[in-house]
Amino acid sequence: MLGLTLLLLLLTAAAAADRSRTEAPPLRGPGLRFSPPVPASPSAPPLLLLPQPGAEYGAPGVALARSAAEEPDGPAEEEDGGHHGEHGGGYRVVQWEWSYVQTPFIIAIWLLVASVAKILFHFSQRFTTVVPESCMLILLGLVLGGVVLIANKKQLYQLEPALFFLFLLPTIVGDAGYFMPARLFFDNLGAILTYAVVGTLWNAFCTGFCLYATKLLGVIDERVQADLMDFLLFGALISAVDPVAVLAVFEEVHVNDMLFIIVFGESLLNDAVTVVLYKVYISFVEVGAENVQMADYFKGVASFLIVSVGGTLVGLVFAVILGFITRFTKKVRIIEPLFVFLLVYLAYLTAELFSLSAILSMTFCGIGANKYVEANISQKSRTTVKYTMKTLASIAETIIFIFLGISAVDKSKWAWDTGLVSCTLVFIFVFRAVGVIGQTWVLNRFRLVPLDKIDQVVMSYGGLRGAVAFALVVLLDGEQVKAKDYFVATTIVVVFFTVMFQGLTIKPLVKWLKVPRSTSRKPTINEEIHERAFDHILTAVEDIAGLQGYHHWRDKWEQFDKNYLSKLLLRKSVYRKSELWEAYQKINIRDAISVIDQGGNVLTSARLSLPSMASRASFPEVTNVTNYLRENGSGVCLDLQVIDNVPGGKVEEDTETHHVLAGNLYKPRRRYQSHYSRHFIPLGEKERQDREVFQRNMKSRMETFKSTRHKRHKKERINLHLCSDPVVVPVESDPDRAEHSDPEKDEDVGITFVARKAETPKERPKSGDIPSPPPGPPSPTGGETHLPWKGGVGSPPPCVSVEATKIIPVDLQQAWNQSISSLESISSPPAPAEPVHPRVSALSRLGAVRPASYTPPGSVAGSSASIGAQLSQGSFCFPDGRKDEEEDEGAELQPLMSSLRPPGSLPPAPPGPGPGHTPATPPAAPPAPAGGGTPVCT
Amino acid sequence: MGSSSSNMDHIPDAQHLMQETGFSAAHLVRLYERFDFLDKDDRGELRLDDFEAVSELAMNPIGDRIIRAFFSPGRETVDFPSFVRILAHFRPTDTNRTRNGRNGAQPEPANSRTNKLKFAFQLYDQDRDGKISREELLQVLRAMLEMQVTEEQLQSIAERAIQEADLDLDDTISFDEFKKSLEKVDIEHKMSIRFLE
Repeated sequence: MLGLTLLLLLLTAAAAADRSRTEAPPLRGPGLRFSPPVPASPSAPPLLLLPQPGAEYGAPGVALARSAAEEPDGPAEEEDGGHHGEHGGGYRVVQWEWSYVQTPFIIAIWLLVASVAKILFHFSQRFTTVVPESCMLILLGLVLGGVVLIANKKQLYQLEPALFFLFLLPTIVGDAGYFMPARLFFDNLGAILTYAVVGTLWNAFCTGFCLYATKLLGVIDERVQADLMDFLLFGALISAVDPVAVLAVFEEVHVNDMLFIIVFGESLLNDAVTVVLYKVYISFVEVGAENVQMADYFKGVASFLIVSVGGTLVGLVFAVILGFITRFTKKVRIIEPLFVFLLVYLAYLTAELFSLSAILSMTFCGIGANKYVEANISQKSRTTVKYTMKTLASIAETIIFIFLGISAVDKSKWAWDTGLVSCTLVFIFVFRAVGVIGQTWVLNRFRLVPLDKIDQVVMSYGGLRGAVAFALVVLLDGEQVKAKDYFVATTIVVVFFTVMFQGLTIKPLVKWLKVPRSTSRKPTINEEIHERAFDHILTAVEDIAGLQGYHHWRDKWEQFDKNYLSKLLLRKSVYRKSELWEAYQKINIRDAISVIDQGGNVLTSARLSLPSMASRASFPEVTNVTNYLRENGSGVCLDLQVIDNVPGGKVEEDTETHHVLAGNLYKPRRRYQSHYSRHFIPLGEKERQDREVFQRNMKSRMETFKSTRHKRHKKERINLHLCSDPVVVPVESDPDRAEHSDPEKDEDVGITFVARKAETPKERPKSGDIPSPPPGPPSPTGGETHLPWKGGVGSPPPCVSVEATKIIPVDLQQAWNQSISSLESISSPPAPAEPVHPRVSALSRLGAVRPASYTPPGSVAGSSASIGAQLSQGSFCFPDGRKDEEEDEGAELQPLMSSLRPPGSLPPAPPGPGPGHTPATPPAAPPAPAGGGTPVCT
Repeated sequence: MGSSSSNMDHIPDAQHLMQETGFSAAHLVRLYERFDFLDKDDRGELRLDDFEAVSELAMNPIGDRIIRAFFSPGRETVDFPSFVRILAHFRPTDTNRTRNGRNGAQPEPANSRTNKLKFAFQLYDQDRDGKISREELLQVLRAMLEMQVTEEQLQSIAERAIQEADLDLDDTISFDEFKKSLEKVDIEHKMSIRFLE
């Protein structure tokens, strides 16, 4: 609501500026100022939320139209209006510069209104599940259009073809192309191409000819002055399935992937056909049907080939350029996303420049570049690209639909003929269905997975027309095409009918037909492995059977890609990495994130479910994974760079202990808080934090839980730098420094966790110590000097043992309980930080203080475990304590502590392991692998 | 198709094979031509060398395993019926013909989901003990990933895969577990190729 108010204010200002100029100021200006919903929008009231934007729209709509289009006297008057009250002379402290900011201002407000409209639609969950957003937007557009019309007596704004083709459409197509599931797309390329080319041609010709026939039969009124060529032209532009509409509707329907990719792919690839038909017919209309020669038809066919193949080639060229450029952006990460946007957009513009198929070009640029770009750019850039593209596409879509609605209100632009409209509606529906059935019948003879009847129904019904058709029809030259106004009206009706009626009913239809839905499930590692194996198997079988089938060629392509393209387009560091390994990492990261996201919930049940584990997720299994991860640290480390840099991957155990703690418990907060601390936490507090680390920890743990709740889906980044003598974990106190010290690390996924070798081999003995009874190492061991937090351990918990590998649950449990019980000390000031090396940063201080009150739980036999590992072990190791915290999630610090007390006092609570729990006998477990104490070199 | 009927005569037991595998006559003829082509010495049997002569297979990381899958245990050669039977695993699962053409003696056609999976499973399970051990999985991974990843990475992938699929915690993947781990995958599609008529 705040946003709306703000919006209102802005628009009031805009309206005020406009007032002096526009024709109907009394109606609009005051209305906007004082009581927005009442005066200007008589049509709006039923829609409770709409009136406000509705009323507002009068001004910007007009203004935008003005700025975009006509009225030579506009600027002058504007000037006049802008500086109206300012001729008093002398220097003005505040100046009214409306004409200066007008255009960007109005565009920004447009975007704002569109976005706010989206928010409003989604207030009602139940409503949005029934009514597609596109419908709502069109309705909103109609309302806005109505308002403008009433205010101005004539419609000044409509969807400008130039705006649409140059800005709105590319954002949507770029997003679609870049994130197109390439494998699925190429698996179904045959079907997609057939529907896109044959289907569109079929629709265009049949619709055109049949409309002409009905015209001859007299069903269509005499006033519609059109001959065969005009109807064919109209058929061409009305027959193409529209990518924007299909995306908008199908994304909400969630049909299965194959069905979606066929319909959507068709809507993208038919662009070439539409463009060519449209241009050919326009030229035919211009010269007159009787002057068209045979050669012209062949030229048309040639033109189709050039437009489609040329467009594709342009796209692929840009894809290669894009891949190649991103290979070298290592030092300038910050502009990586920009390259993606620029080159994809340039692919579109270049194709448009040569009047090739721009959509094809952009789509293939996206599909082609995606693999290489994603591998080259950093994780942050990937996220940026993704979000920016989605944001732009979403807003472009919103604007397109709103403008469609607005344009429809403009009565002067269209002329109604019931015969034409109803015939067109019937024809496009019938021919779509017939075309789909016919083509599917042919295709099914070649397809491995035949498209069944239900698929065909959905495909027929999903043939939505949209803004492309509208923009094309608006572009027609009224001089040449006499019936333009009729065509415009018909197109609007067709678009509205398909988007609104079919869009509204397709969901129930899909439900009713029980069309297999898509699952947004991510593949498990097993599926990744086996599906690769299947690919190889099929290729081999095709080779043995002597078939040069799809898999044969796909394999050939992959060989080529591996041998040449990847070498050219991928960074050296990335080139060595295998996709399967990437997949493996993604799965691990996903698990880690979801564990964070689920926070205490998982732990409450004392079960950790790794979401990617297909069928079950049981406690014992996790134990196994955890143990394994510990043992084979580097192997499962999420960070590639770490793998590269830290071959051994074994970290000495206290380090690991710290990682376990730091990695799990504080991670979400760490990021959250560190960002905050720079701006919001006063210095005094920070200092206090530095001194009273433990207190801070508790506090920030509260933040953690708050922030995990609020900031779900955040990827965490931790840089743990463990250097030899002062152990420096800069992240704790200063994340920026951490990043600075690690500028070359490009993988910022998950943990970037680099442990440097401690020169002193003193840690080694400690691992020797470990098997000895827990209280053994109070004497200053090497670890103590180097890992300060060791120093104060009054009674090192039993879990500080190498063999923790096999016994984490118990150990950590104990550790946890100890730490819980130590929470009591929070009320009393923690031990003063021992004087440490000035530059020693948080970790060492943390460490110094921690022992007093905080026992590092479960030391881990040398491993730099992955974030997932840490998480999983951490999370399932502390079931009790975390559970308690979780219960208190929203509570303030005090309640937390008080409520934590009870569980803390039940230390022996068994960790509730599952049946298959690995041996949980702390001291008896076998010593960790030899690597245990070996520190890791960077 | 005139030539095909004449060729059909060369194929031993063609009718029975067609019924058993679901291949059409045209398929069989084509496969027989291929078989003949591979069978350099006209022995009526294929030997290991014959398979290895297929140059593309050398590029295939798990090509040797697939070749071995054609040989039933203990046999040195593959005759045409076994050749076809193996290939029948990769027929698209089409419901009509197989079901009608079968005479009930064989409970499931080779191109059923289970049998497709079984074939894949056996490629992993080299010692044919009904379980994919970690080592067996590692071997396949190693072959498929070649030099792209370190041994440790391989280890962790394999470990993760086993953890994920291993339901009874015996540290191996049994066929049931294998099947279960792939239950959401469209095996009928992903393990099928289109045989030319």
